[in-house]
Amino acid sequence: MLEGIFVDGLVFSLMVIGILISYRILDFADLTCDGSVATGAAVATMAIVNGLPISLALLLSFISGVLAGMVTAAIHNKLKIPGLLAGILTMTMLYSINLRILGNKANVPLLRVETLYSKLPKFFTALSPEWASLVGTLLVVLFVKVLIDIFFRTDLGVAMGAMGGNEQMVISQGINPEVLKLMGIGLSNGLIALSGGMLAQYQGFADANLGQGMVVQGLAAIMLGEFLFSTNRISLLTLRAILGAIMYKALMFFGRKYGYLIHITPNDFKLLTGILVIASLFIAQTRSVASSKGAKKKAIARSLARHEATLKEEN
Amino acid sequence: MLDITNMTKVFYPGTVNEKMALDDVSLHVNKEDVICLVGSNGSGKSTLFNLISGTFPLTSGKIIFDGTDVTTSAEYKRAMTIGRIFQDPTKGTAANMSIEDNMITAATKGMKGLRISLNNEKREQFRHLLEPIGLQDRLKDNVGLLSGGQRQALTLLMTVMSKPKMILLDEHTAALDPRNAQIVIALTERYIREYKLTALMVTHNMQFAIDFGNRLIMMDEGTIILDVAGKEKSKLTVEKLVKLFKDLRNKTFDNDEGLLTKS
Repeated sequence: MLEGIFVDGLVFSLMVIGILISYRILDFADLTCDGSVATGAAVATMAIVNGLPISLALLLSFISGVLAGMVTAAIHNKLKIPGLLAGILTMTMLYSINLRILGNKANVPLLRVETLYSKLPKFFTALSPEWASLVGTLLVVLFVKVLIDIFFRTDLGVAMGAMGGNEQMVISQGINPEVLKLMGIGLSNGLIALSGGMLAQYQGFADANLGQGMVVQGLAAIMLGEFLFSTNRISLLTLRAILGAIMYKALMFFGRKYGYLIHITPNDFKLLTGILVIASLFIAQTRSVASSKGAKKKAIARSLARHEATLKEEN
Repeated sequence: MLDITNMTKVFYPGTVNEKMALDDVSLHVNKEDVICLVGSNGSGKSTLFNLISGTFPLTSGKIIFDGTDVTTSAEYKRAMTIGRIFQDPTKGTAANMSIEDNMITAATKGMKGLRISLNNEKREQFRHLLEPIGLQDRLKDNVGLLSGGQRQALTLLMTVMSKPKMILLDEHTAALDPRNAQIVIALTERYIREYKLTALMVTHNMQFAIDFGNRLIMMDEGTIILDVAGKEKSKLTVEKLVKLFKDLRNKTFDNDEGLLTKS
C-alpha cells in the first residue's frame, strides 16, 4: 500500500528532475512537459504493444522527449519568441502527434503484455511484488540521478548552469547559448518523457490526456522539496527533487484516501495543486521578508546598544 | 589588429524613431594599442563597442579583426578573441555559481564537452590567479556573495585568463566606489602589460583618459572627432581637451549654420 506511494513518487520524480533542469537550472519556463510526458507514455506503450523489449521502449520514449524539447528550443532560438510561448506551441502540437502515435486512439491499454512492472517481481523473487516494483524503480531513478549529477559537473553542464544564471556571460566565454538551450531543454524533456514511459507501464495504459497540468504538479513537487533544506549542490538539488516528488504523491494519496471526510474529490486536485504552488511561493516570500525583518530588528538593537555604550562612556 | 571601415549603424530605420547612432566611422587599431574613448552620453561609444563585439549587426561598413572579416560573425564567435567587460558588474559572471565554476567556464573557453576539467591542479592554479584580488580562499563561494568591486575584478581576471587578443572595457569601473575603482584600474593596467593586450576603454574621466594608455579618441554624435596618440597625447591637459572639443564642435556648428543661411 505505502510502497505504491513511493513507486508513484519515484516515477514522478524523473519528471520533476526534468522540470528542475528547465525551470531552476536553465531558467527556462518550459511548458513542453504537458505534451512530452504523454509522448513518452505513448511511445513506450506502442513499442511494448508491438513487441519491442522494455529497455528499448524506455530508450525510445527518452529520445522522443529529447526531440520534443529540441523543437521547443529551436522555435525559441530561431524565431526569438519567449520560451513560454515556444513550449505552449510544442505542447499543443504534441497533442495531435500523441494521438497519431497511439493509432488515433485516446487510450491504449497495456494488457496481456510484459511491462517493467510485470517483470520486476519475477526478477526480485525474494521480494513481494510491491517491494520488487519499489526496488526496481528506485534503481532506475538512482541511475538517472547519478548520471544527471555527473553531467552537471562536466564542463558542458557547468556552462548550462552558467547560462541559467547569466546568458551574456556564456556568450562572452565563446559559447553559443542556442546550442546549450537545444541540449538542455532536450535533456529536460527526455527525462520527462522517460517518466511518462515508466508511468504508462505502472498504471497499465497510455492516455493522450496524461500530461494535463503536469508542469504545475512538477513545480509543486520542486517547491515542496525546497522546504526541506537549502542547497546549491547539484547532487542535493536532484535529491531534493526526488523527495519533493514523493512528498507530493503522498499528499495526493492521503487526499484521495481521507479527502472525502472534508468533501474533497480527485476532481479538486488540480485546484489544490495550484493552491499548493501559490502557497509555497507565498511562504518562500514571507520567509525572506521575515528574515529581512529579523535582520532589521537586529540592526536596530545593535545601533541602540552602541548608542547606549557611548552614552555610558560620556557619563 | 582591428580595422573598421565606413561603419554606419542606424537604429529603427524607416520609422519615426530612426536614429543614426554611428555615422561612417573608420578606425584603425594597432596591436598593443591602449586607447581611451571619451565622449558625452549618446555619442556612439557603446554602439561602437556593441558593433565590434557583434551584439547588433552593422547597417553598412566592414570590420576586419586580426586579418579576418568578422562583419557578420556571431557575438559568441567573436568573443573567442575579443573580451568585453561591461559597466554592470553582474554581467560578466554567473551569480548562481561558485567562483571555481565561473573560472573553469572561462578557462575552457568555447563550446564544452563532457569532460570534468575542474580538478585540484586547476584549483591550485585558480588560487594563485586569485591572489592579487584577495579571493584565493573563496573558491567555493557563490559569486553572488561578492561585492561589485570583487565581481568586476573577477570578471577582469576571467576575461584575461581566456587569453583574448583585444579587450573592450565599457566604463568598467563606473559602478564602483573610488577605492575599488582604483583597485580594478590597477589590475587592468597590470594585466594589459603582463599579457600584452590591445585595449579599448570607455571613460568619462578626462584626466584619466589623458594619463592612461597611448591613444585618445573622442566621439560626438556618432563620429570620431579627435584621435591623438603618443607624444601629442602626453602633451594634453583637461583644459586643452575641453577647448579642443569646443573648437571642433563650434566649427561644425558654424558650417551647418553657414549651410542654412546659404539656402
